Amino acid sequence: MAALSSTFRRLRRRTASGAGLPMPEDRAQPVPGDEATPVDIAPNDPLLAYLQSASGAVDVEALELDSPALAELKAAGVKLAVPLVSQGELIGVLNLGPRRSEQEYSSDDRKLLDNLAAQAAPALRVGQLVRQQEAEARTRQRFEQELEVARLIQQNFLPKQLPELSGWQVAACYQPAREVGGDFYDVIPLADGQVGFVIGDVTDKGVPAALVMAATRSVLRASAQRLIEPGAVLERVNEHLCPDMPAKMFVTCLYGVLDPATGHFRFANAGHDLPYVKTALGSVELRARGMPLGLMTGMTYEERETLLAPGDSLLLHSDGIVEAHDPQGQMFGFPRLKEAVAQYPGGGELIELVLADLHAHTGPDAEQEDDITMVVLQREPAHSASPNGKVAGKLLVEFEVPSVQGNERMALERVAATVEPLGLAPARLRRLETAVAEATMNAMEHGNAYRADRPVRVRVYAETGLVRVEVADLGGARPDADQAEVPDLEAKLAGLQRPRGWGLFLIKNMVDEARETGDGERHTVELVMHLEPEPTQGADDDDT
Amino acid sequence: MTTREALAHVRLRDGVAVIELIGDLNAAAESALDEAWTAATAVRPDAVVLSFENSGYINSTGIALVVGLLASARAHRIPIRAYGLTDHYREIFEITRLADFMAIDIDEDSAVHGAGGDRNG
Repeated sequence: MAALSSTFRRLRRRTASGAGLPMPEDRAQPVPGDEATPVDIAPNDPLLAYLQSASGAVDVEALELDSPALAELKAAGVKLAVPLVSQGELIGVLNLGPRRSEQEYSSDDRKLLDNLAAQAAPALRVGQLVRQQEAEARTRQRFEQELEVARLIQQNFLPKQLPELSGWQVAACYQPAREVGGDFYDVIPLADGQVGFVIGDVTDKGVPAALVMAATRSVLRASAQRLIEPGAVLERVNEHLCPDMPAKMFVTCLYGVLDPATGHFRFANAGHDLPYVKTALGSVELRARGMPLGLMTGMTYEERETLLAPGDSLLLHSDGIVEAHDPQGQMFGFPRLKEAVAQYPGGGELIELVLADLHAHTGPDAEQEDDITMVVLQREPAHSASPNGKVAGKLLVEFEVPSVQGNERMALERVAATVEPLGLAPARLRRLETAVAEATMNAMEHGNAYRADRPVRVRVYAETGLVRVEVADLGGARPDADQAEVPDLEAKLAGLQRPRGWGLFLIKNMVDEARETGDGERHTVELVMHLEPEPTQGADDDDT
Repeated sequence: MTTREALAHVRLRDGVAVIELIGDLNAAAESALDEAWTAATAVRPDAVVLSFENSGYINSTGIALVVGLLASARAHRIPIRAYGLTDHYREIFEITRLADFMAIDIDEDSAVHGAGGDRNG
């Protein structure tokens, strides 16, 4: 709202001296105290509504309203208030004090003021709009500049290229939202050929998120080179971030270390979305407990491990996928992403297909709500021959069992769960379980000397009409199962032999084929069971 | 892994010592089995019956433990029988020839009554 008291006086003097006539030489100089103190009129002041509806200049002294602004105007000595209205909106008020002649404002004066107001109001309005647009443009420009800075920070700290790992495919996808959301990922070469993989998400958006991301990434890289173990790395990063983390900000982060030679992936999770592993049997979530980074000091991070078998894929992802909404407001969701991992091929193709699903979900014209990040590790399928030189078949599962007494049950149960869907008759499944348990016990005792750091490796293959299980230890060659002596029970009962020595005998008699091979490093027992129909007079076992 | 620790309970029925085997029969079961055998034979039973009704997984070491019990039973001329084996473990008892040296019954009544027959020759 404009108070133009002294300006009007100068205009009035020009008009009074005659239109077009030169200004008097002795133009009047401003009198000290001429400038009126601006009066703020509150939005709910009744004077505003009165002025908006007034048809011309308003006699302030005569006006009676319960209005603080009116009282101020009267106290300031304002005599006339001329509303400036443009397009039905009150945009200013001309406040006039008493005439120097001390005469009242005449009707001619009022007409002059009304004409002046009619011309000044639109001009004033244009000026206001121009200033408003300039301010908005400056704000937009600052915003765009900040976005650009955030984007530059973010992109500068993302990997320039992905590593080439023998036997592995590594693929990544990073799509920032317009308002940069704080996603990041990293690939860190470590000692002994191991590789660290990071995926994370900073709360908030823009430059603050980008700066926190940069700090997190730098501390994590430095810690990873020295500590290796994922849980310890996240603990150290958390301690570094907490003191300087801005209020209400934190970082979710998953960090894992891959041993490309063995497929082991050790990981720890600071509150990030669970990764998925695609196996021959579907997809599984990898879980490890831990709080996001930067919330409080003294946090510990659970460390877990999984084995990526040939053909498996591991998907690390950010919440920009699962939290994307369709036009009806439904989120893409975790179950759908897990199903996609189970159904689609792995590697880079998985990324492309998930993105296609996502775009179909959100619609073609939807603005991306948050950063989208995916990192996929795929172990190339095993196509080498089995230890006996035959075709390997389809690998269903590969896992390791620490060489600890009793752990043969772990192998037995895992193989049973893997093989059950193939339709092996229950009685034959029980026999295979026994053979697997005995082979694993032999491997743990005779091959690995019951050392927990020397695990037994078990692989299960499906071939046409049969299932094949390989149980491998790290020992040397041992007597062939085919040539194992048949235990002499009578000699044992007579005390002439030890009661033990039934393992190889059971293996040979429980499965259709059993073979042993060795390659210098590993000793492997191969067990073959044909998927024969269950005999009509055979008995089913209901328990183990 | 659903491993069950081995336990062995001993009770007398009609002069026959019944040893109930509970849990997995593996290397960890040796001491429980030894104690049960000692307790069962201390009362000079007419026979010993091994109940596998509540036993779980049996591995080759468990088979060896049963062989040990059988050897001790033969040395002391104590008839020994068994019941409650699943079809799978009955098959294992047969291929290892344990079934040639101990009768495999379908339930406790059959085993105890059969033990009476063993006693009477």
